[in-house]
Amino acid sequence: MFATLNDKLNGVFKKLKKQVRLDENNITEALKMVRMALLEADVNYKVVKNFIGSVQAKAMGEEVLKSLTPDQVFIKIVHDELVEILGGKDYDEGKIRLNSQPPTVIMMAGLQGSGKTTSAGKLAGLLMKQKRNVLLVAGDIYRPAAIDQLETLGKQLNCDVYSDRQSRDAVKIAADALAYAKKTAKDVVIIDTAGRLHIDEELMAELVRTKEAVTPDEILFVADAMTGQDAVNVAKSFNESLEATGIILTKMDGDARGGAALSIKEVTGKPLKFIGTGEKMTEFEAFYPDRMASRILGMGDIVTLVERAQESIEDGDAEDMAEKMAKHGLDFDDMLKQFKMIKKMGSLESIMRMIPGLGNVSMGDMDEKQFKKIEAIIFSMTRHERKNAKILNSGRRKRIARGSGTSVADVNRLVNQLNQMNKMMKQMKKKLGGSNKLNPAMMRDFLKMR
Amino acid sequence: MGFFSIFKKSEKTEPEKQGQQESSESSAGFFQKLKQGLSKTSGKLVGGMENIFLGRKEIDDDLLEELEELFITSDIGVETTMKIIDSVRDQVDRKTLKNPEDLKNALKEQIFNILNIDNSLVQTADRPYVMMVVGVNGTGKTTSIAKMAKMFKEQGLKTCLAAGDTFRAAAIDQLCVWADRVDVPVVKQSAGSDSAAVIFDAIQSCKAKNFDVLICDTAGRLQTKVNLMKELEKIVRVAKKELPDAPHEVLLVLDATSGQNALSQALKFHEDVGLTGLVLTKLDGTAKGGAIIGIVDELRVPVKFIGFGEGIDDLKPFDAQNFVEALFDTNR
Repeated sequence: MFATLNDKLNGVFKKLKKQVRLDENNITEALKMVRMALLEADVNYKVVKNFIGSVQAKAMGEEVLKSLTPDQVFIKIVHDELVEILGGKDYDEGKIRLNSQPPTVIMMAGLQGSGKTTSAGKLAGLLMKQKRNVLLVAGDIYRPAAIDQLETLGKQLNCDVYSDRQSRDAVKIAADALAYAKKTAKDVVIIDTAGRLHIDEELMAELVRTKEAVTPDEILFVADAMTGQDAVNVAKSFNESLEATGIILTKMDGDARGGAALSIKEVTGKPLKFIGTGEKMTEFEAFYPDRMASRILGMGDIVTLVERAQESIEDGDAEDMAEKMAKHGLDFDDMLKQFKMIKKMGSLESIMRMIPGLGNVSMGDMDEKQFKKIEAIIFSMTRHERKNAKILNSGRRKRIARGSGTSVADVNRLVNQLNQMNKMMKQMKKKLGGSNKLNPAMMRDFLKMR
Repeated sequence: MGFFSIFKKSEKTEPEKQGQQESSESSAGFFQKLKQGLSKTSGKLVGGMENIFLGRKEIDDDLLEELEELFITSDIGVETTMKIIDSVRDQVDRKTLKNPEDLKNALKEQIFNILNIDNSLVQTADRPYVMMVVGVNGTGKTTSIAKMAKMFKEQGLKTCLAAGDTFRAAAIDQLCVWADRVDVPVVKQSAGSDSAAVIFDAIQSCKAKNFDVLICDTAGRLQTKVNLMKELEKIVRVAKKELPDAPHEVLLVLDATSGQNALSQALKFHEDVGLTGLVLTKLDGTAKGGAIIGIVDELRVPVKFIGFGEGIDDLKPFDAQNFVEALFDTNR
């Protein structure tokens, strides 16, 4: 399996760290690896080319060459450029443009299986929370039970759903639904449409006719975060036919590296508005370019991590842990505790990727299967040893290896990992101004400093 | 041995005969059909391939670089692309590949060698033959199940479906509509019920009613969701209680539109439930589905079916030779 984008870029940056300053040679080398990494993350070939071009132009600037910390500068350039493409720093597009004369009409469009119906439901839920009177429209007359699906979601959300099971005319259903919405004084109408291929001329024409019939205020292109190179073709076609007003990126709760986000933004120029982060109707968030860029670059998406951690860990636990980590460093007991917490939060890999700096700690050794091994090693330690890693001399290590059915090398590796983690904590603490407690706000500041 | 001869000879010869018949009958027209299915799909690769080779008299770095770009834009992935290109580059250096035509053939062979692993269906003496269909959300599991059910039914096999997606809104209804169209029964419970229980019941019921094939739908799940993956493991465990070798086939449905995450999906699903095959869907779009080449290379799990349309017949057994031929065919 290939290295993650994070690992790759961390490799690049490590290399740069050894160089005294950026010059043409090492920038070219670093860019080459950034290019590969982005391609592996499914960013479209041409988009990567443009991206590399603009990063190169900026990195070659005099200011950079004179800088004392070229690696920091390089990271910043790559990161800023990503943020820029994804929407820029002062991004405020996670919103629906509401028509001053209701109802506001929103139309969903996208390929089969991209998540239109689910997103339509989530969007309805979001708007209902803002006290809008929403009507969902079952415009997918082709897929078996698509109408049932939307009606089920409507029931869950307690949202009115318009459907016409007799009609075979999606355009007319949309128009009728709009008339119904006006009559019943709805604030927002969300029209679900059937999934279709961008090269299916007949069905694309149907979408255009629907658009003409209801003149939507928003046309949201729904795309799967896992989409590969073809994302550009699909997004381009949909955008050319319909002139979308925004993009929803779905299935962001997986481990897709989300290169499609870059590709789609680049070819359509339309704002990424929302992301789908789960199957529940509430798992729908505004899109943040900086979070996304940080996640892609292995700078960690600490904000999301903290949010997720807060959901799955009791407050007291997290506070204790954070305080202890900051004050005394970690010991093996904390490691055990952490494992338990992490297990609760989801896959180890996705968690690790969100933690700044952990991209380059060798977490390859810490996949889920290794958990048991590590647990065995720690369980073979005395209480005293667990609290004081320093006393682990070779004799003790040998005994622990025997006791846990592992090798001394395994034990050494674990001890090194603990040391590495502590080193990182210290760095983090230093950057945070020696504070004893870690909290989300500080994490955010920490991110910005990088 | 026909593709559909899932049952061991001694147990039942009837379906096997039909399987063989179907197999020889279909192989003639199959290449054409696959080409139709792939016509839009391979357009880029083939067109590009032709353009790239057009008027080239010798193999140079430019040519190799253009091929590299083409492979990557077909979602074949950086690693697999490098592997293929590096290996032909070696042959170019050793002068075993002298001209672009040689190169083209070598590439064809490379890809064929990767994809060409035995992809006949797993055989058993058990009744029913249990297939479990898994995958992330929105790849086309339910549609593929309907298409497979029709195939099996046409083989004269008594086929039943199990509505194992008890989670997604109206998933059960969706399967039932398809079952109606194909005219096969569905074992189902209400939404929100235990998926493993549904499938357990389905196996029992199929045993009692002498069904040959049971195809089990499951809810779409992202491979990173630990609990949902555990649920799949549970389904397998529970199925084994009723029928020790079940599920005989565990098929992962992959969307051709997806990029390199498909590999992550395949690895995780394989690790957790042990895949016996892949189904590549949505080949009727412009996505190339090149990701499967890397997946098959890595996991050595064969592609068993490809889906290329919304029609009930738009699913075929995968054939590496035909697939590669269609991809590279320049006479279209």
